[in-house]
Amino acid sequence: MLNIKSLKASIDGKPILKGINLNIKPGEMHAIMGLNGSGKSTLANIITGRDCYDVSDGDVIYKGDSLLEKSPETRALEGIFMSFQYPVVIPGVNLTYFLKAALNAHRKHRGEEELDAMRFLKFIREKIKQVEIDEKYLKRAVNEGFSGGEKKRNEILQMITLEPSLSILDETDSGLDIDALKIVANGVNQYRNKDNSFLVITHYQRLLNYLKPDFVHVLIDGVIVKSGDMTLAHKLEEKGYGWLES
Amino acid sequence: MTDIIEKTIEQDYKYGFVTNIEQETLPPGLSKDVIRTISKRKNEPKWLLDWRIKAYNHWLNMEEPDWAKVEYESINYQKISYFSAPKKKELKSLDEVDPELLRTYDKLGIPLEEQKLLAGVAVDAVFDSVSIATTFKDELEKYGVIFMPFSKAVHKYPELIKTYLGSVVPYTDNYFAALNSAVFSDGSFVYIPKGVRCPMELSTYFRINAQNTGQFERTLIVADNDSNVSYLEGCTAPQRDENQLHAAVVELVAHKNATIKYSTVQNWYPGDPKTGKGGIYNFVTKRGICKGDHSKISWTQVETGSAVTWKYPSCILKGNHSIGEFYSVAMANHHQQADTGTKMVHIGTNTKSTIISKGISAGKGQNTYRGEVKMMKGAENARNFSQCDSILIGDECGAHTFPYIDVRNPTAQMEHEATTSNIGEDQLFYCNQRGISTEDAVSMIVNGFCKDVFAELPMEFAMEAQKLMEISLEGSVG
Ligand SMILES: Nc1ncnc2c1ncn2[C@@H]1O[C@H](COP(=O)(O)OP(=O)(O)O)[C@@H](O)[C@H]1O
Ligand SMILES: [Mg+2]
Repeated sequence: MLNIKSLKASIDGKPILKGINLNIKPGEMHAIMGLNGSGKSTLANIITGRDCYDVSDGDVIYKGDSLLEKSPETRALEGIFMSFQYPVVIPGVNLTYFLKAALNAHRKHRGEEELDAMRFLKFIREKIKQVEIDEKYLKRAVNEGFSGGEKKRNEILQMITLEPSLSILDETDSGLDIDALKIVANGVNQYRNKDNSFLVITHYQRLLNYLKPDFVHVLIDGVIVKSGDMTLAHKLEEKGYGWLES
Repeated sequence: MTDIIEKTIEQDYKYGFVTNIEQETLPPGLSKDVIRTISKRKNEPKWLLDWRIKAYNHWLNMEEPDWAKVEYESINYQKISYFSAPKKKELKSLDEVDPELLRTYDKLGIPLEEQKLLAGVAVDAVFDSVSIATTFKDELEKYGVIFMPFSKAVHKYPELIKTYLGSVVPYTDNYFAALNSAVFSDGSFVYIPKGVRCPMELSTYFRINAQNTGQFERTLIVADNDSNVSYLEGCTAPQRDENQLHAAVVELVAHKNATIKYSTVQNWYPGDPKTGKGGIYNFVTKRGICKGDHSKISWTQVETGSAVTWKYPSCILKGNHSIGEFYSVAMANHHQQADTGTKMVHIGTNTKSTIISKGISAGKGQNTYRGEVKMMKGAENARNFSQCDSILIGDECGAHTFPYIDVRNPTAQMEHEATTSNIGEDQLFYCNQRGISTEDAVSMIVNGFCKDVFAELPMEFAMEAQKLMEISLEGSVG
């Protein structure tokens, strides 16, 4: 699904990623853990195509092709989704309209018929139940006045709406109370199957306890210093990151 | 509306008239003789000719204003032909029309017959809208509503015209208003009698009406006590016009308890996108007076066209408890320059005004909001709320805000909010990440930005305005 090969990247001349290797197969869930500033969001942004980074070395292969030259929307349409660490407010644009535009862009790309307003509404009403979002939010502007938890649930709503092959969840757990965390984890678990892959970025094992990823990697200062399974996450929770630094 | 009925009924006359014009068109230039000729041709009463001449004399002693934040090549007023309404070259079929223009019409979903009309293609003598127009005319007559070409109203209702013409915008008001008063071609006259709620938007024919808008149009709307009217002006489709200078005057009079809602969608040719050459100069004077207590005037405008726009629809709030509103979306893309805003003059007690202005700048466009709120001595408890937001697309455009405030009564309350934002790279990336192209994202964000103003437009117009915005934004990113 996704193969990252010795990826090096910098921003404004400052090296952030210093040679990342990561291979995610269909159906796998990988977790990346690491302290603030270690480069987790940078990695997610490079995969999704944000253009403020300089990639100096390496490559990112997705479904057999290099991603680096593709536009962000092409990557999205080809099945890459990111749940944003900081979801963006779009004043005046109601959520229904936004979701419909996004879904129809995907449907068009897949050669499927676009949904009209009526059919979309029916479709989205089913989806919002899965993430326990009240229907009234559909009429609000995208993320405007949403609480932290509502924003993150809205990200997961978008994930299950667009049905990506690869989902990157960037700190989708941060700022969530336990109920919201369960809702988010449920949404993700329901969407999991043998074809869909996940890259879950987090500081804490909380979310991972619900998601049970297949692999756990530790990112320190732009380098994956250790990889393992859930026991690695437990160990980090217990001991912190100190023991890993050289 | 009556324009079109007239045209169909008086088919023979019309064609005769057109040929006449061709033979007798006066050479370019402005003089008293030219004004006399215009007035004579329209068979106008002497008082109107006198008024035109007075306006002309006044104009001769005025200077073209230069305080607006716009730059354009100076206009040679002796090179303009003032004789008749602008005449469009008749094309034989749509095949002769610029395909780019047709593509835009298609996007706007304009029916074929109307496309022809807009593009200046000869149309069949009878088309559907005529019969509809007739039905509406009967309906309006039943209510005593007057809605007719200005030149006709001068003959049919001279007392009304005499009473109200120049009563809100005197010819001394400004350079372009004086010029318009001297040479105005035609326009619309609307009168809503006491207690009448106009049974329909005076709009259904806006496209057809727009066909004959001259460069010096004159509109006068009078709403008598307890009446109500909504008037739509303009056209979402880009219009062909060989006249570069447009200097219209619109006067609104709202008597006691009356409400006038005036909506405009302006989309004149903005000029060559690369050089800005050839676009329309739109120098309009629009003003309404809330004469009676509890009267209300509401201006809503969507300005996307023209090379240079100079326009300040204003309200004089004379009646106690009267209300003035101004809702505006102004877009300046490519080389367009817009200097627009409003003036709210509070005279009566408990008067209230609301200003919502949304400026969009893209390309090399320059967009200026210029607004004045004046609270006169007697305006006890007057209130104003102003919100002026600007959005920038790209880094070569500009947004400027000049709010002037003049408060002479200590009980007045003013609230002013202003924001300027760029379409955020993070907003665009968020949309892109959801598979939405940058172009679609920009138009979505801009439409969201304009939402409060679009909400004021009548339904059908609002949808068109939204589509228009998308088209006008084309080529503003990437
Ligand atoms: N837009 C940016 N401009 C400058 N520095 C940045 C930018 N984005 C991230 N950085 C820097 O890159 C490093 C990694 O950031 P980030 O990838 O956000 O880390 P994480 O998500 O692991 O907290 C940090 O030192 C951060 O300050
Ligand atoms: Mg981060």
